[in-house]
Amino acid sequence: MSVMTNIKRKLFSEQATPYVLLLPAVIMILIVVLFPLIFSLYTSFTGYKLTRPDTLFKLVGFRNYVRIFGDWDFWVAFFRTVGFLAVVINLEFLLGLGIALLINKITWGQRTMRTIMMFPMMFSPILVGFQFKFIFNDNVGILNNALQGLGITEAAIPWLVDGWLAMGAIAFAEIWMSTSIFAILLLAGLFAMPKDPLEAAQVDGCNAWQTFRHITLPFLMPFAYIAMTIRSLDVARAYDVVDTMTGGGPAGRTELLWTLIARTGYDSANMGMANAMAYVSIILSIAFTYYFFSKLVAARRYMGGAL
Amino acid sequence: MTEVSLSQVVKRYGQLEVVHAIDLEIRHSEFVVLVGPSGCGKSTTLRMIAGLEEISGGTIKIGDKVVNKLAPRDRNISMVFQNYALYPHMTVRDNLGFGLKIAKHPESEIQNRVEEAAEILGLGMLMDRLPAALSGGQRQRVAMGRAIVRNPDVFLFDEPLSNLDAKLRVQMRTEIKKLHKRVNNTIVYVTHDQVEAMTLADRIVIMRDGHIEQVGTPLEVFDHPVNTFVASFIGSPPMNQLEGKVVDGGKSGLQITLADNILIPVPKRSKNRVSVGQDITVGIRPDDLTPVGHGMKEDGETVSFDLTVSISEPLGTETILFSSIGAKEVQGKMLNPRPIELDERLTFNLAMDRVHLFDAASGQNVLGDANG
Ligand SMILES: Nc1ncnc2c1ncn2[C@@H]1O[C@H](COP(=O)(O)OP(=O)(O)OP(=O)(O)O)[C@@H](O)[C@H]1O
Ligand SMILES: [Mg+2]
Repeated sequence: MSVMTNIKRKLFSEQATPYVLLLPAVIMILIVVLFPLIFSLYTSFTGYKLTRPDTLFKLVGFRNYVRIFGDWDFWVAFFRTVGFLAVVINLEFLLGLGIALLINKITWGQRTMRTIMMFPMMFSPILVGFQFKFIFNDNVGILNNALQGLGITEAAIPWLVDGWLAMGAIAFAEIWMSTSIFAILLLAGLFAMPKDPLEAAQVDGCNAWQTFRHITLPFLMPFAYIAMTIRSLDVARAYDVVDTMTGGGPAGRTELLWTLIARTGYDSANMGMANAMAYVSIILSIAFTYYFFSKLVAARRYMGGAL
Repeated sequence: MTEVSLSQVVKRYGQLEVVHAIDLEIRHSEFVVLVGPSGCGKSTTLRMIAGLEEISGGTIKIGDKVVNKLAPRDRNISMVFQNYALYPHMTVRDNLGFGLKIAKHPESEIQNRVEEAAEILGLGMLMDRLPAALSGGQRQRVAMGRAIVRNPDVFLFDEPLSNLDAKLRVQMRTEIKKLHKRVNNTIVYVTHDQVEAMTLADRIVIMRDGHIEQVGTPLEVFDHPVNTFVASFIGSPPMNQLEGKVVDGGKSGLQITLADNILIPVPKRSKNRVSVGQDITVGIRPDDLTPVGHGMKEDGETVSFDLTVSISEPLGTETILFSSIGAKEVQGKMLNPRPIELDERLTFNLAMDRVHLFDAASGQNVLGDANG
């Protein structure tokens, strides 16, 4: 009796209320997120093959990890992903910055431009993949047709067949699809930017470039870091666009981490191994997120909590 | 030589004209203070000189160069902004040194000048903080420091002391004065604190609604206000303004009747400037309305009348006395004060040689601009 009332009192006490109210959400998250995570972590320590369900219980210790760390193909995909990410994010930042600065300058049609800019983001990545697959196709693609029709090139350029060109084509598709994330966030930053430090800089003797370099850019960097955090997570998981455009080919020369993982997990049915790779790639994502986030936190200090 | 000259300068925002064709000649190394009520166009004028606002008409010259189309950075000015305009991502030290860095001064020189400015402004402890972590008054001092580390032709100050406490304000006022003495640059200074204006200015420019009402040395605008607006704006406590009418006093000449049957003669210097029947605003500084035996100068022409003191505010060396003539409240001053009883009736002396007469209809001083 007294124990029951005690529990009841604790449960309905004021300090407990937030926790009690959060409990259902926490339980849901545990079921939906944590359980699969733990399950996949577990399978990465087994020799689980999709075709042989009994292997789910065959523990192999760190063998999957040891194998992928010694696997040349894995490391190639790993560093290709890192390189791809670095190139794509930097180009998106530069392009997005340019677009934001231009749109910030125009006084007429600004809203319309902002909306138009969002269009690429509305397409499914698979659709974007197909769209660029047709644009870059070496026989029927409109790009080669245009180049040849205008007499700029004689022969067809093997956009999706040559390894480097294919990587470039994929990067182009990624950039086309997501530069607007940078543009929109940086534009928001430009709108939020106080005008008077710019005036002070002019009086202090800055020309347009110096004002941009010393005043505008530092102010925009927190916004850029937010976009970079979002995009680094996205690009590190790039799959749809790559898979539709090249499928990781030719001969694995556009293979990124997640196409490799999908191939290992489903085509080769090597789920245990695939999960081990996935965990390594998660560490990569966490590393990037942490890096941009610490940059963001450092940059935020001077914003006085405005962000 | 850095004169600043404005001729027929107009500023319009769309249809709205906020500065109306003003003329102003500022001499080399002169300290000019712009005063006026909020919204009268002081900041706008300053920003036009700085080149931050495009001018809608007229000409601005700095030195002998017309700067109408010149970018701020080519005008060799430095400015303290009304809202500080500090660089949020730079420490106090970097804020102070930024202009010098852009001008490519050597590192050691930047450091020296920044340290020196920080010393003057008492910013020593704050050098490595970001503006977000400063109080309003501290930010204002940084803004001030950013201007004074440089050595421009013209300093533009927009209410640089408005957020400081009384003690610091007096201290900074002195520092600004010293600075001016030392560097001898031309300074244009905006404030609506008339004490600041009086103490700092070589000349004061009084503005109202985008017009310049009067330009003169502090004593000129104090002693010879051209109209009732200037009269009420300069001086503290403000000048008493009483409504009166000119009457013919027969043998005693022209006189002015005030409420409560008080009659004062028209001062000699104004005799030919007023006519019988004219409505007159009589301006009396509290300093010139003193209880008998408690005034400064009691020679000269005086008029005496009795007033009932309703409130007294002792300030130590003097006491402000509140009374009324008709329905109008008037303030007088008592030097060498003694305690005053409630509703005590005192005989006041009015120093006639310092009474100001304004035409009631136009508000203009009947003496015009003449210094007499
Ligand atoms: N961008 C603008 N658009 C329209 N009107 C403006 C603009 N900036 C200022 N004004 C108007 O111009 C007038 C003068 O403004 P200004 O800032 O020069 O006043 P001020 O004398 O500095 O006042 P304060 O003492 O309050 O600083 C004001 O009536 C203001 O409303
Ligand atoms: Mg102002």
